[in-house]
Amino acid sequence: MNALLTLDNLTVTYDRHPAVHHVSGFFRAGSLTAIAGPNGAGKSTLMKAIMGELRPAEGRLQHHLVRSDFGYLPQAADINRRFPISVLDTVLLGAWRHTGAFGANGAKEHAQAAATLAAVGLGGFERRPIGSLSAGQFQRVLFARLLLQDAKVILLDEPFTAIDARTTQDLLDIVAQWHGEGRTVIAVLHDLEQVRTHFPETLLLARECIAWGPTAEVMSAGNLLKARMMAERWDDGAGICESPSGKAPSNGVVA
Amino acid sequence: MSAYDLLIAPFADYGFMRRALVACLCLALGSGPIGVFLMLRRMSLMGDAMSHAVLPGAAIGYLVAGSLSLTAMGIGGLVAGLSVALLSGIVSRATVLQEDASFASFYLTSLALGVLIVSLRGSNIDLLHVLFGTILAIDGPALFLIGGITSVTLVTLAIVYRPLVAECFDPGFLRTVGGRGPVYHALFLLLVVLNMVASFQALGTLMAVGLMMLPAAVAQLWGRSLTAMIVIAAGTAAVSGYVGLVASYHLELASGPTIIMTAAVIYGLSILFSPSGFARRLFPSPHLKG
Repeated sequence: MNALLTLDNLTVTYDRHPAVHHVSGFFRAGSLTAIAGPNGAGKSTLMKAIMGELRPAEGRLQHHLVRSDFGYLPQAADINRRFPISVLDTVLLGAWRHTGAFGANGAKEHAQAAATLAAVGLGGFERRPIGSLSAGQFQRVLFARLLLQDAKVILLDEPFTAIDARTTQDLLDIVAQWHGEGRTVIAVLHDLEQVRTHFPETLLLARECIAWGPTAEVMSAGNLLKARMMAERWDDGAGICESPSGKAPSNGVVA
Repeated sequence: MSAYDLLIAPFADYGFMRRALVACLCLALGSGPIGVFLMLRRMSLMGDAMSHAVLPGAAIGYLVAGSLSLTAMGIGGLVAGLSVALLSGIVSRATVLQEDASFASFYLTSLALGVLIVSLRGSNIDLLHVLFGTILAIDGPALFLIGGITSVTLVTLAIVYRPLVAECFDPGFLRTVGGRGPVYHALFLLLVVLNMVASFQALGTLMAVGLMMLPAAVAQLWGRSLTAMIVIAAGTAAVSGYVGLVASYHLELASGPTIIMTAAVIYGLSILFSPSGFARRLFPSPHLKG
């Protein structure tokens, strides 16, 4: 029951309309959880809320972590892909926790960066400018940076979109490796087969929590149908949400 | 005419030419790197806007000091430039206006106000000096100011290099690791304004960004890495300053515009002959095996 990160009746809104609605539950320390759900289900919103980029309109997010414990790979990273920076320098940014803004990268950091690049299958790419990489190669570089970040909690927002099967498999191996090392990994995914095969736990989200727990139980036909039925509604005339619906599903949390 | 007469004599014979050359080299060292970062942040035109924003402050400084004192005008320009940067930042955060739109509104207001203030008291000659600069009239104190600004710029850039690069390249990442992106952005804007003030007397408000943006564009055409770009930009600006001064001396042209035109010629040649330029497109080299 080792709760690392607890959502307590969490609601996050855009312009007062809820994108994540009364979600309660917790991520166990060392768990490997997939967040699944239709488009507009609030998956990315939940990730941003966990990262502190969005403030909850209601409810709370409880944890005893500090910023540098998190590693985050956002969905649409506002990265300037044409910036004249080398693969090595990009990966070395991952050492920020140790070097800070001003510290020097020593031989140790360089060795680690080279090792992480080799781990993602990009050994020898150190000097290449990132502008010359393909989308898949660039995603591998971002994973290498995450590896170097050595974070306790790793959030991945649709990390395998537009990535070919082989790269996806390589990156999934890294996710499994993180899991083996006892890190907590939370990933937003669309491929349900991927979720079933690689993620022991799942949070099925459709703005509200449909189900949260062991993947096999959560991904039942009934739950998936229910998630699909929660269409992307944005009701302009929606009234004020009075109170959390009595017994919303969770994976057994805190009052 | 010997090579000495052509290339060295103007500076050996005249103190004002020496001071102008030193000023140009200082400006090149400071403005070159700043221009590269401006361009990489897609703020090229913002730099231009900023240079106009400096005008009313400089004009008030000019009125107070009663002469073309670079110190008084510099302080005024600094205050005005920073106010415009700050105000447009606030407006773009508080309203639906994007930063470029609010910037444009503020700098146009600034420019109009500046010209109005100068015309209130000064002559048309003064107005011309403010708009186009008087690089040959740079005196000792002005040179110290320019050199000081260049030193501050280079030292600051060296210190904040990594966070500034991170903020340009991947601001989202800087947020997740708790880096203070907006602080470095503000610091960078401060450097931009400082360099505007430095190039103000030399090139005037209208062309103050000339030694920033043209060399930066040249650098992007030739350079592959950020380091290379910064070196190329500073080098291009320095060469433009020297060649422009020599050319303006022998051909009896106005110095400021000749310097910028020299940079423009280098830019034109780069467009033609750089690796991504027209020449390569007309005469393609055979592609490689792998």
